[in-house]
Amino acid sequence: MPSRPMIGYAHVTKSYGALRAVDDVSLDIAEGEFLAIVGGSGSGKTTLLRLANRLIEADGGTITVEGEDIKNIDPVTLRRRIGYVFQSGGLFPHLSVADNIGITPKLLGEPAANIAERVDELIELVQLDGTAHRDRLPETLSGGQRQRVGVARALAAKPRIMLMDEPFGALDPLTRDALGDDYGSLHRRLGLTTVMITHDMTEAILLADRIAVMRGGQLLAQGTPMELSKSSDAYVLELLRTPRRQVERLNLLLSRDGAA
Amino acid sequence: MSFFADPRWGEALSHLPDYLGNHVRVSLAALALGLAISLPLAILTRNRPAPRAALLALASIVQTVPGLALLALFYPLLLLGASVALKWFGVSFSAFGFLPAMLALALYSMLPVLRNGITGLNGIDPALIEAAKGVGMTAQQTLLMVELPLALPVMMAGIRTAAVWVIGTATLSTPIGQTSLGNYIFAGLQTQNWVFVLFGCFASAMLALAVDQLLGLIESGLRHRSRLHAGLGAIGIAALVAATLVPTMGRSPSGYVVGAKTFAEQYVLSALLRDRLQAAGLSASARSGLGSSVIFGALKAGDIDLYVDYSGTLWANQLHRTDIKPRAELVAELKTALAKDNITLLGELGFENAYALVMPKKRADALGIHTIADLAAHTSTMSIAGDYEFFSRPEWAALQKAYGLQFNAQRQMQPDFMYAAVASGEVDVIAGYTSDGLIAKYDLVALDDPKQAIPPYDAILLLAPKRAGDERLKAALSPLLGKIDIATMREANLRAAGNDANSSPDAVAKWLWGKIGRP
Repeated sequence: MPSRPMIGYAHVTKSYGALRAVDDVSLDIAEGEFLAIVGGSGSGKTTLLRLANRLIEADGGTITVEGEDIKNIDPVTLRRRIGYVFQSGGLFPHLSVADNIGITPKLLGEPAANIAERVDELIELVQLDGTAHRDRLPETLSGGQRQRVGVARALAAKPRIMLMDEPFGALDPLTRDALGDDYGSLHRRLGLTTVMITHDMTEAILLADRIAVMRGGQLLAQGTPMELSKSSDAYVLELLRTPRRQVERLNLLLSRDGAA
Repeated sequence: MSFFADPRWGEALSHLPDYLGNHVRVSLAALALGLAISLPLAILTRNRPAPRAALLALASIVQTVPGLALLALFYPLLLLGASVALKWFGVSFSAFGFLPAMLALALYSMLPVLRNGITGLNGIDPALIEAAKGVGMTAQQTLLMVELPLALPVMMAGIRTAAVWVIGTATLSTPIGQTSLGNYIFAGLQTQNWVFVLFGCFASAMLALAVDQLLGLIESGLRHRSRLHAGLGAIGIAALVAATLVPTMGRSPSGYVVGAKTFAEQYVLSALLRDRLQAAGLSASARSGLGSSVIFGALKAGDIDLYVDYSGTLWANQLHRTDIKPRAELVAELKTALAKDNITLLGELGFENAYALVMPKKRADALGIHTIADLAAHTSTMSIAGDYEFFSRPEWAALQKAYGLQFNAQRQMQPDFMYAAVASGEVDVIAGYTSDGLIAKYDLVALDDPKQAIPPYDAILLLAPKRAGDERLKAALSPLLGKIDIATMREANLRAAGNDANSSPDAVAKWLWGKIGRP
């Protein structure tokens, strides 16, 4: 592990009243790494993600981004430095695709011509059709196209870090696979550091370098899929076995149908 | 065809620049003030449920106050404010007309703007606010770039509702001295000039419609980011304001303003006074339809320069006297008392317009009723109607006490409808006016008052303090003093009660001058 992580959580806690949403979590994410956070609903994974760009403020512990304690960074500046992809896209319905994508550069005060150029570049990067999609409103796009716009918007200010909150969760399986693959190659090509929440273990295993398992606000385990498969924790093993079990059941069903 | 050939349409049209201009100015000023207060309040309270609820409750309460009452309330309130401001800060402002009307209407416009503003801002998906933060917007950028644009359609709907309400309610600002399209309606109702009533309703409806459409254009422009639409709408509103400013700019502001209360005789007399001043080469205009309690204060404050009041009214309402004196004595004493406020009682016009209990002649004869004393024995099975202020006036208390009157029902009515009501048997007795021409028309009789419970009501000419030494004014008016006897005034009032071209206040005033002007 490199000496200075891209994102570092050290003994971080966050409570809502009596509920400990994040309970003493320490986790380092290295530069260029793709980390998936998995866990059930209410396990604290979304809170953990949002602490990193101060959409939620931590109660205790320290979080660093590129070595700097985020308490010392103005939240607005911090967020403009980090790309964030929302669960259901979070696109502004009154703005065109181009205006949605160009919003962060615009907030940073970049000249309009530069923004337009950057938008064209990004539309191509996320494999949208420039002429067909550029000036449309989000409501006229398909779910997959909208999520591509969401990714493009997060990338617009050339961040080094991407935070993604179940970005492909609401999409149909084919689109989800295609988007996952496309994003995976973008991650590598642009040298990004990505933290992605997912409840789909297969997706986590296929895309991520490492997986962090959250349960009840605590970080239960972290490591490569291989490392996790050697875990002594029953819940972690159970989670990790799900994709294989599904495949086995599927094969069983399909072969029975084929025999009949 | 003859309906539109009526010359009163032309007369109505000749007032339009003045009435419409004032109406637009007070409505748009009120709307602008209302928006300037409500929109920031809606924005500030969008994430604060407790103050938001309190604010909405307050605005709802204001909305339940009838428009006319709200307007009427602002006059005494501002009068008090004006006297305090003068005493403490040496600043003087007029509590009459524009200011109270604008403030009351602004208050009236707040509920739809607040409610729709708050609804619009709170209806935004919280995930979008979160997304706005996530892409790096500050709170202010979130408001301007996400919350306001998304709430815009709902907010604009509220603003349009407020505009329509304000323009409609502004017609009620006539009695507190703000000229508006309501002048047509009030004058029309009082003088049974339905052409004016129709004209006023139509004009204010068209204005409301036009402003609503222009705001709609601005809304569509903002929503579709079309500079053309928003620009056209804004230009339309600006043009409306400019168009209403032009005709009033040329007018000399130093003219004499003749006040008139809300009944036909007053409309006729104010037109007569205005004509006399103009004939003497003085610039003058009439400000009609002023509330009975507003008009004296307006004279005292110098908002109007002259008007005709009635001795008994001032005796009771201003001097708070309940004793009764003979006509001449009462006027003399009133003159001295008013002089203390620097108000000039120039003199009597000649006739008296007293309250009188009036009933159909036939019925009075059948029952053997000649005086109020005769009436007293029958009142327990009779109903009485009076104008809006009669039953709260000291004269009514005095009458009841002097004769022991105990009517089984009392009703308030528009003065011009009372006479028809008593003639048709709808009510048994009315508190009518001795100078009213309808008494003769409907074959009614005014009962004698042997105990002199009702004070005399000589029509008297009053001048504002600032006109106390104005000899030109006095000279122009002196030919009227003592010239109008009761028979003449009754005939004039009867003419004014007609519903034809010769019954407009201006036409009757000319007839009246023709009758009394000749030596």
